[in-house]
Amino acid sequence: MTTPLLEKLQNSRNVLGLVFMLPAAVLLLLFLTYPLGLGVWLGFTDAKVGRPGQWIGLENYIFLAGDSVTQLALFNTLFYTTIASAVKFFLGLWLALLLNKNIRFKSFFRAVILLPYIVPTALSAIAFWWIFDSQFSIISWGLVKMGLIDTYIDFLGDPWNARFSTIAANVWRGVPFVAITLLAGLQTISPSYYEASAIDGATPWQQFYHVTLPLLTPIIAVVMTFSVLFTFTDFQLIYVITRGGPLNATHLMATLSFQRAISGGALGEGAAISIAMVPFLLAAIMFSYFGLQRRAWQQGGDDK
Amino acid sequence: MSQDQSDTVGMSYLDSRSRQLFMTYLPLLAFLFVLLFPFYWMGVTTFKPDSELLSRDGNPFWIISPTLAHIEKLLFKTEYPQWMWNTVVVSVTATFFSLLASVFAAYAIERLRFSGAKNVGLSIFLAYLVPPSILFIPLASVVFQMGLFDTRLALILTYPTFLIPFCTWLLMGYFRSIPMELEECALIDGANRWEILVKIILPLSVPGLISAGIFAFTLSWNEFIYALTFVSSSEMKTLPVGVVTELVEGDVYHWGALMAGALFGSLPVAVIYSFFVEYYVSGMTGSVKE
Repeated sequence: MTTPLLEKLQNSRNVLGLVFMLPAAVLLLLFLTYPLGLGVWLGFTDAKVGRPGQWIGLENYIFLAGDSVTQLALFNTLFYTTIASAVKFFLGLWLALLLNKNIRFKSFFRAVILLPYIVPTALSAIAFWWIFDSQFSIISWGLVKMGLIDTYIDFLGDPWNARFSTIAANVWRGVPFVAITLLAGLQTISPSYYEASAIDGATPWQQFYHVTLPLLTPIIAVVMTFSVLFTFTDFQLIYVITRGGPLNATHLMATLSFQRAISGGALGEGAAISIAMVPFLLAAIMFSYFGLQRRAWQQGGDDK
Repeated sequence: MSQDQSDTVGMSYLDSRSRQLFMTYLPLLAFLFVLLFPFYWMGVTTFKPDSELLSRDGNPFWIISPTLAHIEKLLFKTEYPQWMWNTVVVSVTATFFSLLASVFAAYAIERLRFSGAKNVGLSIFLAYLVPPSILFIPLASVVFQMGLFDTRLALILTYPTFLIPFCTWLLMGYFRSIPMELEECALIDGANRWEILVKIILPLSVPGLISAGIFAFTLSWNEFIYALTFVSSSEMKTLPVGVVTELVEGDVYHWGALMAGALFGSLPVAVIYSFFVEYYVSGMTGSVKE
């Protein structure tokens, strides 16, 4: 009789599986799932640091919807994410294509290019703070010496300058990630496609548009989803370089929630700002999901 | 499809030299310059005396009279060595325990296939997508309730929330690539699950373990928002937080010491990275794969 034996095996699998899952599950339930739920709850309360809150329904959200600083932070976050992600995509793709060519010192280039991504962001952000200094900026110095400008640029004192400066720092940090992951995708494309299309008389641009891009689309979808996710929830760069200033011009949702909840002590309000970010993140994850579906479909697999 | 012997892509070897120079090497060098310049700037500022830092004359790209004053200030007049130590302790412990928990979890999901394993795998992936910046507020209140506020243990216990999903996801991919037949043979020979894991699966997935370990260590070393929120006294701070919050005094910025702090805080991860580039890249590309 094999059925009871199989059943027993299945049972022991379940018991053993539970035991093996236990350490990870306990930690994640306690420090990830529970706080997520707690965050949703806090968003509906007027909790302050050191004082449990009372249920106040949608009051936080109603207040935030009418709060001009929160509106500005939402605008900044969307602006920051859109511009930075787009620039990261184009520069990253360009860099990946360059690295995919038959060049000398390829592995050296590839290794060195990833450096901005692996060092602590908070620390490289300090370097950018110094590079963007209003009095001693090396960029201003260079431009003055070249005769392009007369006075030093106030990189972080003017709202729009500050926005673009922080976007530049974010792009600097994110381009290596996009480039290296896209390079991995490029390397899976067989050279025979390029040879065949070259024999058929395709120009390099046509090769890029009709061979590279379609074959790279699935990985682009995934990489850009991650990139959007990280950019949208960015905290370190802004906190270190501008602290949200000048005049809240660079506050993102994440830095604003920190300011309200931790510096200001209004836990409930800060949690509500965090939770308000979730719909946008879900949109990004859906995008990733459909990107993966398309990948399976392209490889001739069925949608599971 | 037969693979080409050389790794040349397309027809690039037909390009003329000057064309290659303008289309490939010049843009590449421009990228390299922009991506590496901040590090050069950190280095130059670290060894530059204040008088040169705060003058607009001369060539700022070079140092006329190098000084170790900033490093001396950092090492002996701040708690920088303590922050460095805290970061090492927190990163190593968090990485070790996360890796351990992830090995078991990944093995259970991928190979034990208990009922619901697929859904657990999916929720691990979703957990990986939860960003710390929406989690830190409620997590701060959990840390406070547990009496862990302002301790290293708070960080050691909370870092696994992003390390475990990442490592598990990565290791699941590695375990999947090990043939099931090996395991079945061992089962028939009378090995139990523990023996299979320790004697067959783990030795075969050493590259995966290194990738996950290196990546997890770097993630913990670079972590900022939890360390900023859950720790408040200077002697408990991690390096990135210490440099950002303690070295900035009022309106006078000690750029030399700040840049020295940034440089020496970046060096350990850069050195480890330089030894394990391939593992690191495979960890990174593996993490965004299906």
